Amino acid sequence: MSAGGGRTVRPVAVASFAQSQNVRRDDEHNEVEMLMPVVAEVFGNIGITKDDVDFICSGSTDYLIGGPFSFVTALDAVGVWPPRAESHVEMDGAWALYEAWVLLQEGEIDAALVYAFGRSSPGNLNEILSLQLDPYYLAPLWPDPVSLAALQARALIDAGKGSEADFAAIASRSRRDAMSNPKAQVAKDIPPATLLEEDYVVAPLRRHALPPITDGAAAIVLAAGDKAGLWSKSPVWITGLDHRMETHSLGARDLTSSPSTTRAAEVAGVADGPVDVAEIHAPFAHQEIIVKQALGLDDTVTVNPSGGPLAANPLMSAGLIRIGEAAASISSGRAKRAVAHATSGPCLQQNLVCVLEGE
Amino acid sequence: MPESEALHASHRLEYPYSRSVGPVIGAFLTGLREGRLLGVRGAGGSVIVPPTEYDPTTGGDTGEMVEVGPGGVVESWAWVSHPLPKHPLPSPFAWALIRLDGADTALLHAVDSGGPDQLASGDRVTVRFRPAAERIGAMADIESFVPQGGAPR
Amino acid sequence: MTDETVTEPLGPVTTLATPIRLDFEFTPGVAQSRFLRGLEQGKFMGQRCPKCGKVYVPSRGSCPTDGVPTTEDVELANVGTVTTYCVVNVPFAGQSIEIPYICAQVLLDGANLSFMGLIQEIPTDEIRMGMRVEAVWVEREELKPSLASVRYFRPSGEPDADYETFKEYL
Repeated sequence: MSAGGGRTVRPVAVASFAQSQNVRRDDEHNEVEMLMPVVAEVFGNIGITKDDVDFICSGSTDYLIGGPFSFVTALDAVGVWPPRAESHVEMDGAWALYEAWVLLQEGEIDAALVYAFGRSSPGNLNEILSLQLDPYYLAPLWPDPVSLAALQARALIDAGKGSEADFAAIASRSRRDAMSNPKAQVAKDIPPATLLEEDYVVAPLRRHALPPITDGAAAIVLAAGDKAGLWSKSPVWITGLDHRMETHSLGARDLTSSPSTTRAAEVAGVADGPVDVAEIHAPFAHQEIIVKQALGLDDTVTVNPSGGPLAANPLMSAGLIRIGEAAASISSGRAKRAVAHATSGPCLQQNLVCVLEGE
Repeated sequence: MPESEALHASHRLEYPYSRSVGPVIGAFLTGLREGRLLGVRGAGGSVIVPPTEYDPTTGGDTGEMVEVGPGGVVESWAWVSHPLPKHPLPSPFAWALIRLDGADTALLHAVDSGGPDQLASGDRVTVRFRPAAERIGAMADIESFVPQGGAPR
Repeated sequence: MTDETVTEPLGPVTTLATPIRLDFEFTPGVAQSRFLRGLEQGKFMGQRCPKCGKVYVPSRGSCPTDGVPTTEDVELANVGTVTTYCVVNVPFAGQSIEIPYICAQVLLDGANLSFMGLIQEIPTDEIRMGMRVEAVWVEREELKPSLASVRYFRPSGEPDADYETFKEYL
């Protein structure tokens, strides 16, 4: 397998998953200090050390803290001497997991550590995320991510595919479900009707439809075949994985659908069997409607039992966490088959779909 | 030493980037400076605004520049009641995706509509350029779009 | 050239100024804060790895070899050894020191990690690997939690260190 994603040829499992406490502001620790406990936990869960993995891949962006090469110094949290095979993507950690999975499929490696971290609190996210846009036509206007998401939400309402009440229902359910997630940042039981009394941040999005600003980190150990069985009593197998992207020209996209998610879901084989749980990386409430439809999921599927990104949205980790939480749904017996989704870019520009199954 | 004693410092990151714009984006920005809106014809004959060197749908080359606007239709919009410091307008405004007359894709800019009840998807708007002497060949040469006719709904 | 202003027709737009300015509230974290607070007191504070015993100055909170937290604080000497150096002859934007000057890697006694320092009070052609140097600090009332508290290093007058003692740190 060399041409990107698809169905698994070589069995590869999520052998371990760990995440930090998701908080609004961790201004005590540098990246290394934030990651170290997470890396220790993800290895400790299955009784291995850094010497048991033969590849390390991470996802982060230096723009968040304004510190160049923080992704290099972050490796100190793992310990990389003698020199280790290592890679980094300026993407959510879900894409780092993809890179590791491809190497596993190709037989280059047998086990990998994937981690991601992001501290959003040191800077101004509205400005920082504007800089990921087209530098000629969009970035000079400084359109913030909430405004762009609001344009998408309005288009969804105009198309009759969702309503403000729907957005409130999604936010209410997510944060209620998060009450059973000890790592969640925002967990509370507020009925949709109460949420609809909030002011708009950027209409038609009210405060509840926005993700929290989060500092956090996460890590996953991927292992192939026998090694996964050796390390984990109940390995969760990745049966399909793919990612696709759309044009960065917002005005050339239909913002009410997600063809890249649909294509990734087809390639990853979402429809090959029943889906019990979907962990959807929809930072803004209305985006859950778009992604759920693009994945071809009906209302029998439990969406984001962890609370999802509306309960904690650590940038660069939130997508990787969806894969970890989907795997956790299977290990806990809640699901037999689960789908995890990760997104990147404005208005769901890039999407990754991962299908997971138990033994 | 207790952990709560980590130090903090403010830190400013500043880069004076200047970008080469190439012939297609350059033509659009030159048009803005002249008070005109330009698109580019894509592979299938569609007109792409703002213009790119490639057709965003097919990836194929784009061709001749085509004048579009100055009016257009609001495809979607979002109301900003508290503009951020770097936003294009200091007072409440709408972001809008605007499909200019003659174009097949939408351009993002600000609409100065006066209030959220003064705008709806499907409304016609028209461009409001800055005075010629202030235009430099950048998106900010467009001050904003305004409801066509300027009259309240 | 004259002072006359000639109005020429403007050519096509070829460049776009896209200046970026972002403000951050930075934290160096717990371990580096200890190093910086040490500087404020006129001393070099490092941390030891509980596994391999190496002392890092500054420590970022972990042993980059073993990936475990460094928790034991270690005060280091004010003297060290030049492991390697260069002489800067090229002016650049923001340069605050008169050229030519010596930029060296200094391995403080007791440390297992060298760091970059300015060497002064010696002609640039007399610097050498193995030279023993000592830190010169700013006046006590000017000490800050910043490397600016160290004005520079200068020769300590001790005999040069044997190559064998620092060859691992090049």
